Amino acid sequence: MTLIKYTEDHEYISVEDGVGTIGITDYAQGKLGDVTFVELPKKGEKVKQGQPIAVVESVKAASDIYSPASGEIVEINETLNDQPDLINREPEAGAWLYKLALSNTAELDKLMDRDAYLAYASAEG
Amino acid sequence: MSAAPAATIHETAPPLRQTPLAALHRELGAKLVAFAGYEMPVSYATGIVKEHTHVRERAGFFDVSHMGQARITGPDFETVAVAFERLVPGDIAGLKPGRIRYTQLLNDEGGIIDDLMATREADGHSLFLVVNASRKEIDFAHIAAHLPPSVTLAPLPDRALVALQGPDAARVLARQMPEVRALAFMKAAPFDWRGKAVFVSRSGYTGEDGFEISVPAAVAEAFARSLLAHPEVAPIGLGARDTLRLEAGLPLYGQDMDETTSPVEAALDFSIGKRRRRDGGFIGAERVQRELDEGPARVRVGLRLDGRSAARTHMKIAAETSETVGEITSGAYTPTAAASIAFGYVPPRLSNDGTSVAVEIRGAFQPARVAGLPFVPHRYVRKA
Repeated sequence: MTLIKYTEDHEYISVEDGVGTIGITDYAQGKLGDVTFVELPKKGEKVKQGQPIAVVESVKAASDIYSPASGEIVEINETLNDQPDLINREPEAGAWLYKLALSNTAELDKLMDRDAYLAYASAEG
Repeated sequence: MSAAPAATIHETAPPLRQTPLAALHRELGAKLVAFAGYEMPVSYATGIVKEHTHVRERAGFFDVSHMGQARITGPDFETVAVAFERLVPGDIAGLKPGRIRYTQLLNDEGGIIDDLMATREADGHSLFLVVNASRKEIDFAHIAAHLPPSVTLAPLPDRALVALQGPDAARVLARQMPEVRALAFMKAAPFDWRGKAVFVSRSGYTGEDGFEISVPAAVAEAFARSLLAHPEVAPIGLGARDTLRLEAGLPLYGQDMDETTSPVEAALDFSIGKRRRRDGGFIGAERVQRELDEGPARVRVGLRLDGRSAARTHMKIAAETSETVGEITSGAYTPTAAASIAFGYVPPRLSNDGTSVAVEIRGAFQPARVAGLPFVPHRYVRKA
């Protein structure tokens, strides 16, 4: 079964068999506007929950991506190097940023579920 | 995700002023932001990249009514020109009726108070000015304080300003006012639009052919709708205006220059007339003439970076030896250049095209080369 959780910084993490797939939400890509560049972490890199791990740049600004969970990076989405605008087209599907072997699944309890996130994002306007 | 807002957009200090087109922007689905004290569209539904490309391929409509418009009048043009030349290094006395000059207001130290467009009106006796929104109060006070009693400055707050820019701009505007085709780049003339007096300049801030049209605020919306009704025309926000002007090599006041920057440093020496270089006689002339003779301490250049990451305002520029030599003032990954491009200030010894430098982005040095401006060739119509 897939578990999907969300952060207050508009990242999502979709967890299956102890591996989390991380990206930014559709709301976030809409706020950013046209994405022009993505700086991805390296495979094998270890990351802690809340640590800045990637950068998404739009025409307007550069935004840090904070890891929703701790663990080791097992895969990065190389497609984004050539097609950063995929983030605008399918942020919560093909444009995931990296996959993480989770070291502490209990951390996910601190994150929001989909309903809570949607309420949070709509309150932000 | 946490986004740092773009340097030119401040979401502070309400209440914001609105242009005569505020309701139309809402209707068109604009994303509105605070800019220079006004609520302005940063983009519309399609987003900055599509808007940018639309201007390069078809025609874009811009509301630039936040900019300051004013008229300087006197007993005759010579008196007006002599008075205004005291404040700017541009050749104003040499302007023929209906011609536009780009120039700058300078302070005593030769720093730029603002850059502006000055048009000698067709009647021959007055100058029509367009200045930056963020500077208009400062500009108008400065100008008024330096004019002799026989010459007066009258701000024109009841006029809106719109721009139509792009390869289809002339075809579209000519459907409404056929005679606009006769205007060449940097020429202007009054026209009649449905019984109202409008003032059309063939100029712009995108590098494309196009027009800026000063219209009475009361007809601004009807005029805007008449332009937007043409299938070639899409509304364009400040976001695309910024990437377009960056590709065109055009600096933005407050970002690429301020009161400490001279026109020679800002690479605007092309706008200083021969007679003015020789004779001076304008506020700030001492520094400008010295820098023209001996070279400035720093100069604005174009930079083209390797990779797609954008150079942003205040990022450091380093020489190959890795010493810091300057700072980025504007930068973005832009659609037509399809590259990460920027303006920054470097010492003149590093200003030749092709010089290798690096830009410090998030702690890493990204290789970059000094590039000639504009990044995307201008397509002005010089002979109409």
